[in-house]
Amino acid sequence: MQPDTAASASTAATPGTTDAPAQRLADRARAAVGRWEALLVALILATFIFGQSVSSEFLSADSFTTGSLDLSEVALMALALTLVIVAAEIDLSVASVLALSSALMAALWNQGLPLEFIMPICLVAGALCGAFNGWLVTGLGLPSLAVTIGTLALFRGLAYVVIGDESVTDFPATWTDRGFGNFAGTFVPNTMVLFAILAVAFGVLLHATPFGRSVYAIGANEEAAHFAGLRVKRVKMTLFVLAGTVAALAGIVISLRNSTAAANVGLGFELTAITAVLLGGVSIFGGRGTIVGVILALFLLGAIQKAILLSETISSYWVQIVTGALLVGSVLGPNLAARVTEARRRRPPQRPKEGPR
Amino acid sequence: MAEGVVSEAAAALVELRDATKSYGAVRALRDGNLALRPGEVRALVGENGAGKSTLVKVLGGVVRRDSGDMLVDGQSVDFHSPHDARDAGIAVIYQEPTLFPDLSIAENVVMGYHPLGSFKRIDRGAMNGQVQGLLDRLGVKLDPERPVRGLSIADQQIVEIAKALSFDARVLIMDEPTAALSGAEVERLFAVVRTLREHGAAVLFISHRLEEVFTICDTVTVMRDGAVVQDARIADMTPDEMVRRMVGRELSTLFPKQDTAIGAPVLKVHRLTCEGVFVDISFSVHAGEIVALAGLVGAGRSEVARAIFGIDKPDAGHVEIDGRRLPAGKPLTAMRAGIGFVPEDRRQQGLVMDLSIARNATMTRMRALSRLGIIGSGAENRLAREWATRLRLKFHRLENPVRFLSGGNQQKVVLAKWLATEPKVLILDEPTRGIDVGTKAEVHRLMSELASHGLAVLMISSELPEVLGMADRVLVMHEGRLTAELSRADADEESVIRAATGHVGEVAA
Repeated sequence: MQPDTAASASTAATPGTTDAPAQRLADRARAAVGRWEALLVALILATFIFGQSVSSEFLSADSFTTGSLDLSEVALMALALTLVIVAAEIDLSVASVLALSSALMAALWNQGLPLEFIMPICLVAGALCGAFNGWLVTGLGLPSLAVTIGTLALFRGLAYVVIGDESVTDFPATWTDRGFGNFAGTFVPNTMVLFAILAVAFGVLLHATPFGRSVYAIGANEEAAHFAGLRVKRVKMTLFVLAGTVAALAGIVISLRNSTAAANVGLGFELTAITAVLLGGVSIFGGRGTIVGVILALFLLGAIQKAILLSETISSYWVQIVTGALLVGSVLGPNLAARVTEARRRRPPQRPKEGPR
Repeated sequence: MAEGVVSEAAAALVELRDATKSYGAVRALRDGNLALRPGEVRALVGENGAGKSTLVKVLGGVVRRDSGDMLVDGQSVDFHSPHDARDAGIAVIYQEPTLFPDLSIAENVVMGYHPLGSFKRIDRGAMNGQVQGLLDRLGVKLDPERPVRGLSIADQQIVEIAKALSFDARVLIMDEPTAALSGAEVERLFAVVRTLREHGAAVLFISHRLEEVFTICDTVTVMRDGAVVQDARIADMTPDEMVRRMVGRELSTLFPKQDTAIGAPVLKVHRLTCEGVFVDISFSVHAGEIVALAGLVGAGRSEVARAIFGIDKPDAGHVEIDGRRLPAGKPLTAMRAGIGFVPEDRRQQGLVMDLSIARNATMTRMRALSRLGIIGSGAENRLAREWATRLRLKFHRLENPVRFLSGGNQQKVVLAKWLATEPKVLILDEPTRGIDVGTKAEVHRLMSELASHGLAVLMISSELPEVLGMADRVLVMHEGRLTAELSRADADEESVIRAATGHVGEVAA
């Protein structure tokens, strides 16, 4: 645990200060957070058992491939959204940026541009969408919830302006194969390799860089972060640009994977992505959460979806019911735990123990 | 001063006998003995963490005692909620008033107990009349119909007091009511307290300012390490004795500013103006010098500090560090140029309460701690531990949220955060507000030591003894303007208060 200085400091602490009881509360809270990821792992295992009982195909390479493919775009967007939500902001427009990116891809392809040229343009467009959100939030000081509800409609509308209700399906097979295919002969889809790379990148960014530290500080107390010389606006702007860029990337992925680019792709994906982030233990109030938790939550969502889809008796509507229940549970769980802890703390001990004096 | 109102014979309105309260293994309160008699203003003093808030929480029905007796009018009682305490006539008035800003004063006062007319409609006339009566009784001029939003903290406290009176509270517990008040406001609050005393109420007054305790209180309860260590009449006590009781040891002096060689000017503020807040502020702070910025709350001192550090953008004027002009409104640039800023509101501005001690203490050094853009928690903890040791921080683990530290220790984390940047100028806004006497002395010693190593210190303080004890030079602000610059020799209570009130010859507080 801690070296000697901490130990001596704690014994030096005056008895009667609030440190010690609060201390154990904190330890418990931390343990609970540790338990949160453990709980997700347990739920994943439970889903595995359930899935295997429903269909013998569940625990197969093939179902991993198809199950993870279905979740590719949501998973990508959830990574960037994690950072946005830890900073106590939200971006509801990501699925619309995804659609705009897909529509742009279709339109530019119809113009005869090569894909190698189109894709960077889509990413830049996504970044600009994010920058627009970021400017409304940081420049004009508007709440991100309202702003991105607005741009959710705005960007989706733009997508329809760009391509109408057409769709483009004649992308070159070299690229669609990449979108749909597996990585170097394994059962892991290429999109999951892309996800893994981005997950590591975002994990390092959030957990091991000054930028990530700033994100947590801003999410927990924006004013104090500002007073500590952190560039709050710049950090938030960067987060929205990242979210937009990753959403555009997801738009490229979904277009290639389905060999279809259109304006109506990814409807409602933003809610699934946010579900994954919150289920992963990220606080909707900001300042708390880990990338690992979100990855586990994505895994859980994917496993549940696959299990229910493989089942012949359970209607696929249950996917929504179960994820909805899990989301409510993920918000309710920590709250209940805190209340139980608090109640236990308030109850006077039966026999007052002598503190070390 | 207050004489003879308290009679020892009078039955206590509320009394605690040998009350204890433990949180797990820690005994937050033991030997909790305290009696409040009609017409008595009792001070409750002690360092932070001495058990004052636990005792108040027990009296207010927020927590239940583990053992011991509580008596109201001689009858044994047991409070299960703040509501029970209220029904027994005990009201707690917290430092930060908790009112509904968009409702009127009257509505706030009678909240939950509206006088009703026919068909259970709220009888506005009766409500306003009733509240006007209460305000008159307190001797304050406030319109019951105006909304609470925009009222000063002092006025909001008066509303809280009126609220307490509306349900016939006979015992008022005031938790550091003067912490955010200016001299004149404190005086008015004291007038209200005296009125309450004359009407036979008992008041428990918690304050870190001993001079206030000696001004307004009749009796005092001193707490240390969770126990009541003394119960005495104020007339039988001296401030020194009281401090000794609180800390349990001798404090040679509270304000040990050493004489040091004053160097070249480091911080220069040139004609700084922010319309409607402060006007034409120019001064400089030299290396090794402690300059105090004195004045009443609301004179614009904190706003000047914020503008210097770049939190707010001034309308005109500029700031120079070592002759180099700083861009306006850029805290990061100010920080890199060598300014450290310990803000007024520790909980909201100074610290991210939910983050760990280590993260808070190293927040200003993240870039320096990172290698190739990656920051290791090892490096973070080393730096935090180094400062924790140097500032004698009392903590359990560096990974714990700062929320769980006492006020004084929290302030040390804020100081660590800024001292880690090795600043040339340190701006301290109310550096010792709400922290215990022992830590206060440590902070003063630290300031003095830093100055002797050549740091330029700009200190904002509302406590005159602190200003007079620490400062080499005192700048006084009144309504957004600098009204006086006094050398250490010229500064005394009278000259500072005169300049602060802007009325030569007329002395408030």
